[in-house]
Order: sequence, then structure tokens, then C-alpha cells
Amino acid sequence: MFPKDMKFTKDHEWVREEDGVYTVGITAFAAEQLGDITYVELPEVGAEMEQGDSAASVESVKAASDVYAPVGGRVCDINHDLESAPELVNQDPYEQGWFFRLEGVRPAQLKTLLDADAYEKYVGEQEH
Amino acid sequence: MTWVPSTAAERDAMLSVIGVQTIDDLFASVPAELRAKSWALPAGISEMAVRARLEKWAARNAGGVTSFLGGGAYDHFIPAAVDALTSRSEFYTAYTPYQPECSQGTLQSIYEYQSAICRLTGLDYANASLYDGGTAVFEATTMAVRLTRRTRIVCHASLNPIYRSMLETHVANLDLELVDGESPEGAACVIVQNPGFLGDIEDFTALAERCHEEGALLVMSFYPISLGLLKTPGEIGVDIAIAEGQCLGVPLNFGGPWLGIMATRKEHVRKMPGRIAAATEDAQGRRGFVLTLQAREQHIRREKAMSNICSNEALCALRALVYLTLLGKEGLRDVARHCHSKAEYLKKRLSFAQILNHGPTFNEFAVRLPRNAEEAADALVSRGFLAGLPLASLGAGEPNDLLIAVTERRTREELDAFAHALEEVCN
Amino acid sequence: MQLSYEKSVPGRRAIALDPLDVPEAVLPAALCRKEPAALPELGELDVVRHFTRLSKLNFGIDSHFYPLGSCTMKYNPKLAEAVAALSGFAHLHPHLSTSPAFWKHCQGAFELIHETEQWLAEIAGMKDVTLQPIAGAHGELTGTLLMAAYHRDRGSKKDTILIPDSAHGTNPASAAIAGFKVLEIPSHEDGTLRLDSVKAAMNDSVAGIMMTCPNTHGLFEPAVAEIADLMHANDALVYYDGANLNAIMGIARPGDLGFDVMHYNLHKTFATPHGMGGPGSGPVGVGERLAPYLPGPRVVKGEDGFELRNLEKSIGRVAAFFGNFMMAVRAYAYMSHLGKDGLRQASENAVLNANYIFAQLKHVYEPAFDLPFMHECVFTAVPQAKKGVRALDIAKALLDRGFHAPTVYFPLTVKESLMIEPTETESRETMDEFCDAMLEIAEAVDSDPESLREAPKTMPVGRLDEVRAARQLNCAC
Ligand SMILES: Cc1ncc(COP(=O)(O)O)c(C=O)c1O
Repeated sequence: MFPKDMKFTKDHEWVREEDGVYTVGITAFAAEQLGDITYVELPEVGAEMEQGDSAASVESVKAASDVYAPVGGRVCDINHDLESAPELVNQDPYEQGWFFRLEGVRPAQLKTLLDADAYEKYVGEQEH
Repeated sequence: MTWVPSTAAERDAMLSVIGVQTIDDLFASVPAELRAKSWALPAGISEMAVRARLEKWAARNAGGVTSFLGGGAYDHFIPAAVDALTSRSEFYTAYTPYQPECSQGTLQSIYEYQSAICRLTGLDYANASLYDGGTAVFEATTMAVRLTRRTRIVCHASLNPIYRSMLETHVANLDLELVDGESPEGAACVIVQNPGFLGDIEDFTALAERCHEEGALLVMSFYPISLGLLKTPGEIGVDIAIAEGQCLGVPLNFGGPWLGIMATRKEHVRKMPGRIAAATEDAQGRRGFVLTLQAREQHIRREKAMSNICSNEALCALRALVYLTLLGKEGLRDVARHCHSKAEYLKKRLSFAQILNHGPTFNEFAVRLPRNAEEAADALVSRGFLAGLPLASLGAGEPNDLLIAVTERRTREELDAFAHALEEVCN
Repeated sequence: MQLSYEKSVPGRRAIALDPLDVPEAVLPAALCRKEPAALPELGELDVVRHFTRLSKLNFGIDSHFYPLGSCTMKYNPKLAEAVAALSGFAHLHPHLSTSPAFWKHCQGAFELIHETEQWLAEIAGMKDVTLQPIAGAHGELTGTLLMAAYHRDRGSKKDTILIPDSAHGTNPASAAIAGFKVLEIPSHEDGTLRLDSVKAAMNDSVAGIMMTCPNTHGLFEPAVAEIADLMHANDALVYYDGANLNAIMGIARPGDLGFDVMHYNLHKTFATPHGMGGPGSGPVGVGERLAPYLPGPRVVKGEDGFELRNLEKSIGRVAAFFGNFMMAVRAYAYMSHLGKDGLRQASENAVLNANYIFAQLKHVYEPAFDLPFMHECVFTAVPQAKKGVRALDIAKALLDRGFHAPTVYFPLTVKESLMIEPTETESRETMDEFCDAMLEIAEAVDSDPESLREAPKTMPVGRLDEVRAARQLNCAC
């Protein structure tokens, strides 16, 4: 159910590595819980993040949630498309709906995160 | 029992539906040792007696005097239609429009109010209201801190000293640095007031540019009536405009309820406190209005909310809207023109006193009298005038300094008579 | 309905001033706006019709039962409106209080302030009261600022406030805006706050706790006194959110329960109108510990009448003058008419009415808790939601049946919550009609759920697209 090429946090962020750049977004489960997303606030490019820092926030009509950096690093890119089309997070959370990219990440930090199976199990528990 | 319709028989019937014997059984969860230790209140008095008492108290307050008292609250004329419309119970007995389908009257009026404030200020977004002009300064401050992530707040000398002291109280437990001056360097915001507390009109356009070069915001407290004539916050380059809206059809009310106004630029709207209404459609394509961006607010974001405000001053905002709608485009300019011209006329009649303002003023100015201002003001009450605000009582001037405000309500005869009386008591 | 701006006709006027009777003064062009503000141009009758028609799109207490839990939508007496219109109050300039030279000209207003503070203090068992806070949330902010001043004065660095998860959103927001860290305490599944959960969170950094009692589940907190003792033993303070004071007037008093500081909502318990969301008024009461820090200036009785004084340790002003004074005028009219017995009876009947509604609905809607409710009862529409009808649908279906909806989705601790507070001013017939409507809706959940999901059908508009509103953000024209 969740893509195998990424890692997850218990706060429902995902992170995927490609050529040393780590792309971050929120999972389909989180997007569905929030409902129709109406606004995404992104970090500034160049901002330094520690693992677990509040990096972005996402709002729907009835809810708001912080998005935490799943790993530490420097923000090297943000998804400007979300400014005018926040619905991409609902429509395509793992591709067009990404939030920001980090570089300078210590890969060891990824080990602290959940893989797709563990995350799926975690989400299953949350639903009860 | 007044305001409780149930009869004793009905109460008994209701108790038996509930399945208890007495009303006290319903309070079984309140342990005996926690019951009220005292209840030493007077017995109730009739509606007639309540009115008589309050009429007596009301009569012991200065009435029928010609007022030149301003200092943040002004004696403007309120057209009869403002009271007639806003005292409709469909407005004043309604709650916050959380169910939009049965609150379109409220929501459309908020939308129209926000539109009026945007048109007045030349800014993009306004909220549905804040408590008053003083707390709006605090709200603008925390908004600027959120937007800039800086902690220094610069208060310009033009700011109402009461607002300045309210701000100090509200930020006492925050890690913010309040300084006086006008240097935007490293600051979250510079807070100015236009016209200033002593009435001076300043052009803050250059300060706005300096703020923006330094990455600071310009917050301006404005006087809504003055925008009938004066350069708008939008034209000046203000980021957050705030105001005491009492002058827009809200009675003086001995200090409240009044109306906190706030407007801002497009890019800052997500950090603005307070309720906001927006236009949208239903499934049939009919236009309707809802509260929007609620994710900023306390009921959703809780300790991370942009503000703790919940109840606001909606009915006063409606008064302001009805007032502005009645005045219309030309009417507001006329009121402003009259205020300014009459103040200028009075200024010229006070040659026995020293005018303390060096530049242009709108409808309020400070004078140094040849006599102690409190004494002069006291003496004038019995002649039927509230002469103005003795500035020393707020620590905003010398003992002889008086702040005088003139509204469109004052006639030439009143101005002449006042100038004459003031001169007499000073001699 | 058209906007006033859409009805505007260039050149039309409603209000004309007399011709200017002094020479026209002209300001330098550089200081002036380029264009006049584009306000609507309408005649007086246009304006009167516009707002009269707008008003008719609203539900208000005078026209509809409004059982919003936590909001205490009781009848707003006309007496209060009449006295608030007295010109000796309504047109009184507050700067008369600024200079002692003027004090003799506002003695009636000072007396009203003083008397109202005394009534409120006795009602809640507090030592002193300030009328300055402008609404409940502003009272919370004032109260937490008082707590901060107390701890600062004692050289303590306590920086955390405990708040139950059932609390109103203003509680954590106010504490945070006052500069405190907020630690949320979970409610027990029976809907109350347990001493153990508070103990588990207790440490040296805890400056105090904010509680609501009865809480937002409508339940009296059984451990309230023990929690207060625990706080005091740790030099922490206890705040009372007075939103639910209407349940206990004359029965129990926050001061006697151990609370150090509280706010009153004059627009709930004391019947001042809600005005579409405000103005309200949130006076703050304090016990011995916090009395020295009250905001100022304060009205006190002097030798020649009332005068103003500042307390040496005052936190300063939280409002420019005396808060929403005109709400105090209304509340005073309300209290002095009801008096000692009437106020107690108001609470008794509020609790009676809530339990009467509860008794009629509890077999059909699932109670959120088993403990006895006080002035409001809370149900969960989870069983209905499983059949595809959510609390929101029930709320909208009530509008079609001529009732305002209960509070829904608050408190956040109850899924699909329906929170019903009838208040004491409703008659048995009205409550019966409301219960009939609720029971009929419950039947429709099984027989015709689609009709509920499509509700409301009889309102000026159907359900509005809030997602579109937030994404397109058209907030002014
Ligand atoms: C439990 C509770 N606390 C606090 C508040 C806040 O009061 P106000 O709206 O007057 O700021 C409310 C009102 O909605 C409430 O219900």
C-alpha cells in the first residue's frame, strides 16, 4: 500500500533519497486524514534543519498540522507548485505533492525511520 | 420566576421524566463539602426598580456638555439608521456564524465590512474585528514577530501612550524587547500612529521604505475618519494597519465595546489573527459566505494559533459597516473635511494659547494654556464644555497642556463660545 | 443576495451634513489619498432595506432555539438593552476617568463598575474582580499574565501550564500567547480529570493549571479540590474558565473550590447578547494570592466618592479603560433583577432543562459519558456516522426543522460530538419540539440518510464549498 522506495515517520512524513538529495512529503494516509488541503507553508531554501524540526505546515478547512524534518539537512529546493495548487498533496502525495528537498543529510539517520511495512502496520494501529 | 418560563408543575413533570425527585438530586455530583460557603447577595428588584437605579446612575454622569475630548475616542454623529438596523435582534441575538446556512446575514455583512476596510485602507485583507484599538497593537506586534521571526519591537513617539502601556502589559512575559524610537534595524516592526496621539499628520512613506530595506514591518495605527482625506496605509507602504473603530458609528460607551480594526497585505494574510469571511458557492452555484482560514485560529490550532481571540466585536463591526454604507464615498470625505476645517478654525481662535503642533494636524491638536489644564478643564464643565484631555494626567505633556479634538458635530457658534470660555478661564 | 457595492449608484447619497460653516481648510496634497474610498453610494432606504433583508437571513435567539453547548445562548433581556441605551452611559467619554478633575462627572459609571465587581466577586467567591478583559479569551490571557506576575515576583521560573485535552481552544492559545509552555493532560475515559494524571505531569516548572468546572463534557470535576491542593502544595496556581458558571450559581463557587483566578463570560452566564460573535466581556476574579497584581486603574471608594487607583504591583492595563463597560451595565441589570434567589434558580433550571433533554434523547443517541450531566449534555454520533450520517449532517438537518444546531465537533475529545445546552430560559414545549426533531432525524438515519446528507434545503443557501473558499480566498470586493 505504501511505496517501498521510501522511509516513513510516525508523524506521517515520507522521505526518498535520489543521488544524495532527500525529498520529503506527507503520506496518503496523512493527506486523507486532513481532508482537502487548502494551504501548504514551506521552509525557506537554505534553512538548516535538525531531525524532528518543524519544517513546514499544512492546512485543510478543519485542521492544521506541522510537518517535521524526517532527517536533518539543508533545504535545497521547495515545491513551488503547492503554493497555487495545494490539492496536489491529496491527488499525488508521493510525486507532484512533495514538499521540500534536503541535502547534506547523514544517511545513518534514515535508520531511525520506518520502512513501508512497518509504517503500514503503524497506520493500521492508529485507525483503531 | 423572571426569564425562566417553567411552572412548578412543569418542573415536577420534567423531574419525573428524568427519573429524580428533586432538583437538588441533579446536583448530586457536587459534594456537600464543596457547596457554596456564602451567597450574600441582595434580593432581586423589579424591572422598574432596576431601571430607576440605572437611570439615576446614568444621570450622575456628565451629560449635555459640548465635547472637545478625544485622545483615541471621538464624539462623531451617529445617524439614526445605525441604531435602528443594528438593534435588530436577528443581528444582536445571533451567535458566531459557525452554521453558515442560517447565518448568511452575519457572514455577508462581515464580507462587506472587510471590503469597506480594504477600500478605506488601500490594503488587501481585513479581518472581521479585534477587541479594540489598543489590543490591536498587541495583535499586530505578535503577528509581526511571527512574520519576521524577530523579537525587537520599536514604538514610535506618535503612538497613543495608553496603547503603549497596554502593549507593555501584554508582552510582559514574552521574550520581546520593546524600545522607543524609529529605527527599523533588526526589528520585527516599527509601530507608528497617524495622526499621532498629539494630532500631527506625518508622512511615513520613507519610514516604510526603510523598514522594508531592513526586513522589518511597518505597523500603523490609523484614525478611520481621517482616511476620508489622508493618504492610505496602502499608499504609505504599511504592512499591518490597525485602528480603533469607535469613530465609525459606535457610541463612546465609557470605553467599550469598541472595535479593533486590522488590515494587511496579501502576503501576510495567513498570519493575521481573527475571523475572516470569504465568498464561495453552494452545490447549486448560489453565492454564499463562510468563515475561512480557520486553521489559523484557536479552536483548531490551539497553542499554536495566531491569536487566542474567539469572541470579537462583530456587532460593532456591523455598526461601522452600516455607518460607512450610509455615508458612502462622498459622505466620509465630507465628515473628514468638516472635522479638519472646524479644527483649523478653532486653532486660529486660540491665539491666547500656544499651539504645540509644528506641522499639519487633522482634527486634534495640543495647546499649552496660560493656566493649569486640569483646572481650566474643571472650570469649563460647569459652563457646558468638556475642554479636552489634560495631557499631564497621562504623562504625555506639561501641566498646562491640553489635547483638543473637534468633530463634525461642533458648530461655528460652539467653537466661538468655547474659544471665548477657554480664554476667560485662563485669565 | 446582492452586495451593497453591487447596488451602488454613482452620486446617490443617504446622509448630508449641514453646509460647512467655517472656511474650508485644505491639507497639502502630498498627505492626502489619491481617490476617495470607494464606499457604496446608496440612499437611506436602500441601506435600510439592504440590512433588514440581510438580518432576515439569520437565526437569532429571539426567533429560534439555539442549543449551542458551551455558548449559553440564553434569552437576552430587553431590560438590559434599554438601560444600555441610556445616554448617560452610552455617550460618556472614558477620558473623564483619566483626569481627577473630571471624576465628579462620571460617578454614576464608577458606581456601576464598583457594584458589578462586588456582585461578581460574591457570586464566585473571589476577593476582587476587574472588568477590563474584553472577552473570555482576553480574561484567560489576563489571568495567565497575573499568574506570570505572581511567579516572577517570587523569583520563580515556572513556565508551564497544564491544560486538560477537553479544554476550549482559547485556554492553550491564551496560555501560549501569555508566554507559557502548554502541557496537555488527557481526560479519563469517564470524561473527568483524574488527580493521578495531573500528578503525573506535576513538576517544578508547572506554574498552574487551567480547568473548566463543570468541564466541557458537562461534568462536575470530582477531583477539583484535590487538584487545587496539589497545585498549591507545589506553589502553582489554579485557573477557572468561567464559561460554564451557569451550571453552579448559588450551588458552588470557584473561590471555595480552591481556584485562584478565573474569568466570567458576561455574554454567557449574565445574558448579555452575543452580537453575532461579540462584543462579549470577560471580567477576571482573583483570590488572595493574585489580588495584588490586578490590572489598573481600579475604581475604589474614596472619601468624596469613587476614584481611581493603581495597585503597586499591578500588571498594568489590559484595556484602555474599563473593558466592555456597556456589557457590565447589561449584566448589572440582569443580576440585580434576578438577585440572590433568581441567580440560583437560573442555574437550577439550566441543569434541569439539560437533563430533561438528555432523558428524552439518551435511548436514541449515544451519551458520550455515563456520569450525570449538569447544564449541557454531550452525545457522540459515531453510531450514526457508521451508517453514513455524521454529526454535521444532523446539525444541518436541524436547521431545516427550525432549530439552530447544537455545538458539533467540540470538545475534541469526543468523536462526532453533539453538545446540547438549552439554558434555563427555554420552555418545556420548545425542548419537546427540539427532541421530537432529534428523534425524527434519528429515524431518518435509517430510513432516508440521503435527505440528511443533503440538508439543509430550506435555508437561503445549501452547504457551501469551504475548500473553494479557502483556496480561492475572495475576502473582499
Ligand atoms: C469553555 C470556553 N472557554 C472559553 C471561551 C472563550 O470565551 P470568549 O469567546 O468570550 O473569548 C469559550 C467560548 O466560546 C468557551 O466555551
